[in-house]
Amino acid sequence: MNNQEKTARPVLEVSHLGIDFGGLTAVDDFNMKIGATEIAGLIGPNGAGKTTVFNLLTKVYQPVRGRILLDGKDIGNMNTIQVNRAGIARTFQNIRLFEKLSVGDNVKIGLHNSIQYGMWSGIFRLPKYWSEEKRIHEKTLELLSIFDMQDLADVTASSLPYGAQRRLEIVRALATEPKLLLLDEPAAGMNPSETAELMENIRKIRDQFQIAVLLIEHDMSLVMGICENIAVLNFGKIIAQGNPAQIQNNPQVIEAYLGKKKEGKP
Amino acid sequence: MKKLSKSARGSFINYGIVLVFFLIFQIMLSMGKLSSSFSGQLIPICTYVIMALSLNLVVGISGELSLGHAGFMSVGAFSGVIAAACMQNSVEASWIRLILAIVIGAAFAAVAGAVIGVPVLRLRGDYLAIVTLAFGEIIKNVLNCLYIGVDSHGLHISMKDANALGMEADGITIINGPMGALGIKKISTFASAVILILIVLFIIQNLVNSRSGRAIKSIRDNRIAAEACGINVMKYKMMAFVVSAAMAGAAGALYALNYSTVVPKKFDFNTSILILVFVVLGGIGNLRGSMIAAAVLTVLPEMLRQFQDYRMLVYAIVLILVMILTNNRKAKDMLGRMKAGIFGKIDHRRQTNE
Repeated sequence: MNNQEKTARPVLEVSHLGIDFGGLTAVDDFNMKIGATEIAGLIGPNGAGKTTVFNLLTKVYQPVRGRILLDGKDIGNMNTIQVNRAGIARTFQNIRLFEKLSVGDNVKIGLHNSIQYGMWSGIFRLPKYWSEEKRIHEKTLELLSIFDMQDLADVTASSLPYGAQRRLEIVRALATEPKLLLLDEPAAGMNPSETAELMENIRKIRDQFQIAVLLIEHDMSLVMGICENIAVLNFGKIIAQGNPAQIQNNPQVIEAYLGKKKEGKP
Repeated sequence: MKKLSKSARGSFINYGIVLVFFLIFQIMLSMGKLSSSFSGQLIPICTYVIMALSLNLVVGISGELSLGHAGFMSVGAFSGVIAAACMQNSVEASWIRLILAIVIGAAFAAVAGAVIGVPVLRLRGDYLAIVTLAFGEIIKNVLNCLYIGVDSHGLHISMKDANALGMEADGITIINGPMGALGIKKISTFASAVILILIVLFIIQNLVNSRSGRAIKSIRDNRIAAEACGINVMKYKMMAFVVSAAMAGAAGALYALNYSTVVPKKFDFNTSILILVFVVLGGIGNLRGSMIAAAVLTVLPEMLRQFQDYRMLVYAIVLILVMILTNNRKAKDMLGRMKAGIFGKIDHRRQTNE
């Protein structure tokens, strides 16, 4: 697939998105297009408003300005739950698993809206319950096998090591069958070899599920390694956008990360 | 043979415990080994077991602290009593009357749960607890000034006094304000109470281990993540709350139909707290624990009657000891080792026998 095709029909089209907290403008005039199977990155110094953008896209915060089109459909009036059903799934910077539930049940919560039986079938154990539970159990193991976690299905989620908890969050998000996957610092706390493995897996997920990925990350090796399109955020505004090579050589980006050269000094 | 999952095995053990409890006391009852004060406690024990189970659905599974559970019990109790009194002449068999009264009690309590749940479940944490407490008191006070009578024309309802009902000469006052329900025909039986426990256990255990139950637990563990997974948070909180209220209503009807009079004051804040104590001591989210705690703590004050003045003291000490033992890591480890030791020996013996 060439680049043109990827961006021809964007899955996400954000224009002039913005929100204020009191007098503080947290995000302003945020514009971004993400192709249907593109891996995009969102970077910027701490406090630049990256996670706020995620919270705006998933409607944890209601934007005060701008428009979000998902697959050409305006999701402006939707709440978090409807946005997920429309096709945006996310992970969290500070891991949010269902800690007391098993790994398998965490994934099954992701599959919740694709399960075809109701409360009464569940209470009275009607045939629908058994057939659906069997189907989603197999689906769960299949999803967990992306990260080789199928043997951990019965383990309590909180007892997983840190990296596995992050991977489980990705699996849970994938289970909701999204069109766009938002990853908030997926490599945080991982060592270089784990990060490299994660990078491969993100690519694998994209190819296998044919979805778009938008990730926030501080690990530049990961961002520059897999992102095809990068937006740089500073003080709530986009200061640069482009492919990794363009970003690396952009003077404004270097300034945002490293500070401005003082005049008069070499 | 299909291997049972861990949760399914736990469920069957719970049914077994209830059945064994029933058999032991039924045999003792038929042999006349139980004192009359104790045999009179059997149905209240079952009622409190159901109350503890249903409150555990809200507090343990759904993770919301509700302090007005006795309110739903009273709604079930009084609507059940009214239903039973109305069917006095039309339905011959007392057990059919009992079933219908319990179903009607559960239905009314479910409606009350839904009406209260809509505003209350928008709140979180302490605020939710305070407002449920208030609603529990409101229900009690409304029932306190409610007069209901029945005559050949049907039901008469008044909020003023018994004379305002305007009944014909053959009318009977069923609910007489603060005096409560009078002249109830006792139709609750021990067997029916145990069957109701089994039904409640069946519903809770199957609900918890299904799609809906997973959603309820996910909201408890992390509301924001549940929303991000597309779980309709309000719907599942309401489901837990209303199902729990309905069960409390069923328990209330069963309880009321075991006495000749029931006053609204019985279902006050203290009763709500008592049920919460069963749940907390039995282990939040632990159904078996709350059943045992409810049974033991209902019997205990009765058993300690011979100590007269000291019984509340002993009751308090038992509560404190249970709290220490269930929350202490060392004590838990010790219990675990003892368990492993006993069961280990049994396993060993089995192996050597083979």
